[in-house]
Amino acid sequence: MKLKILGFGIAKEIFGGPFVELELGKNSDVASLRARLEERFPKLKELSSYLIALNNEFALPGDIINAPDEIALIPPVSGG
Amino acid sequence: MSYKDIKFSIQELARYDRHIIIPDFGIEGQQKLKAAKVMVVGSGGLGSPALLYLAAAGVGTIGIIDFDVVDDSNLQRQVLFGVDEIGQPKVEAAKRRITALNPHINVRLYNEKLTSQNALEILKDYDVIADGTDNFPTRYLVNDASVLLGIPNVYASIFQFEGQVSVFNYRDADGRLGPNYRDLYPTPPPPGLVPSCAEGGVLGVLPGIIGSLQTLEVIKVITGVGDTLSGRFFTFDALSFQTRIFNIRRNPENPINGDNPTINSLIDYEEFCGLRKPPDRLLKEISAKELYDWQVKGEPFQLIDVREPHEYEIVNLGADLIPLASIRENIDKIDKDIKVVFHCKMGGRSAKAIRELEDQFGLENLYNLRGGILAYIDEVKPELTRY
Repeated sequence: MKLKILGFGIAKEIFGGPFVELELGKNSDVASLRARLEERFPKLKELSSYLIALNNEFALPGDIINAPDEIALIPPVSGG
Repeated sequence: MSYKDIKFSIQELARYDRHIIIPDFGIEGQQKLKAAKVMVVGSGGLGSPALLYLAAAGVGTIGIIDFDVVDDSNLQRQVLFGVDEIGQPKVEAAKRRITALNPHINVRLYNEKLTSQNALEILKDYDVIADGTDNFPTRYLVNDASVLLGIPNVYASIFQFEGQVSVFNYRDADGRLGPNYRDLYPTPPPPGLVPSCAEGGVLGVLPGIIGSLQTLEVIKVITGVGDTLSGRFFTFDALSFQTRIFNIRRNPENPINGDNPTINSLIDYEEFCGLRKPPDRLLKEISAKELYDWQVKGEPFQLIDVREPHEYEIVNLGADLIPLASIRENIDKIDKDIKVVFHCKMGGRSAKAIRELEDQFGLENLYNLRGGILAYIDEVKPELTRY
């Protein structure tokens, strides 16, 4: 299934744009999405923590992704 | 003292009239504000609107902690300060401004850095923390302290054109505890990867917007009016004018209050965020006997002596001589492919050499001879000259 991942903060810079698209097998979970993203964007792995949300819900590694899900990737920011 | 016992002067009643006449806020909301103690951590971009609106709203006790002084480059967004305050401690300038705005409040100043040593002592007297710091170590420190003390942490953070707001560690009326920062971000990014405002820049009005939303949540937490952002994570993108609210929840893996917490007191957050290497980072060591084994077995390794030439003349193990002071300029003489054993007289200088090389060049093949050449003489070759 084809997925579109929206980037926030530094993720836009890492993606080189506001979103990125990738193919992932049916019934994949969030952990495999992370692995695939980190393979394509090694900087994400360096980030160590980033939040993945499915349809505006904070997702844990075992959560299953469905094709029309809206996926957001929100890295930490620290400015004040 | 219960908030119900809070009294107002005629002047205060006049000042807070527009709050008091809101049916869902009323005199009770105002009493709760006056009874409340709020700590604002960081009086910069986010702290500026937060302090102004908290003071104007009549929060009875406001703490301000910041160790910085006002700088030219602050004035583009830190609306608490003016040109006359450049060079002055931020906390003092902030206090002058907000007590001029509202003389009916108490302001407590902490002109210091919030640290693992002082955080619990400073924060424990407050009912709500508003986190507006500008760096990851303090973010994690504030979060962990708020969890350990059981105080809600109203969080806001900004980056270039984007902002985030949430209410962490908030216990609702039914006693359920909401998520905290570590549920979302258990561990920090390495230094330099996510720029701060000073490194990456920020549009000046953004902290005005985000800090005001943060203040709104502080007021809601105190008064109980409306639904707070606990369990929700708000983001704002100023460029596209898009706002989103993500539902967040507690993560069983949270290292401070998940199912199997591994943190039960404040830690060294500079080190945690990779800003300082642990002082006692363990070096790889070998004993004199192990070194002798390697020699006997013909194990491939390079032996380097970092003592001075006159010591080498007294006694040596046939090692390559590179005195400690010249170690870095002789980096090309150090083998990168096989194990390299460093020694000196007793093990101290060689340890220093290894640390320097690991820090500067990232070498990972270096071993320290424990006890130096003296240990080798004692344990392996007593016939050699001791000195």
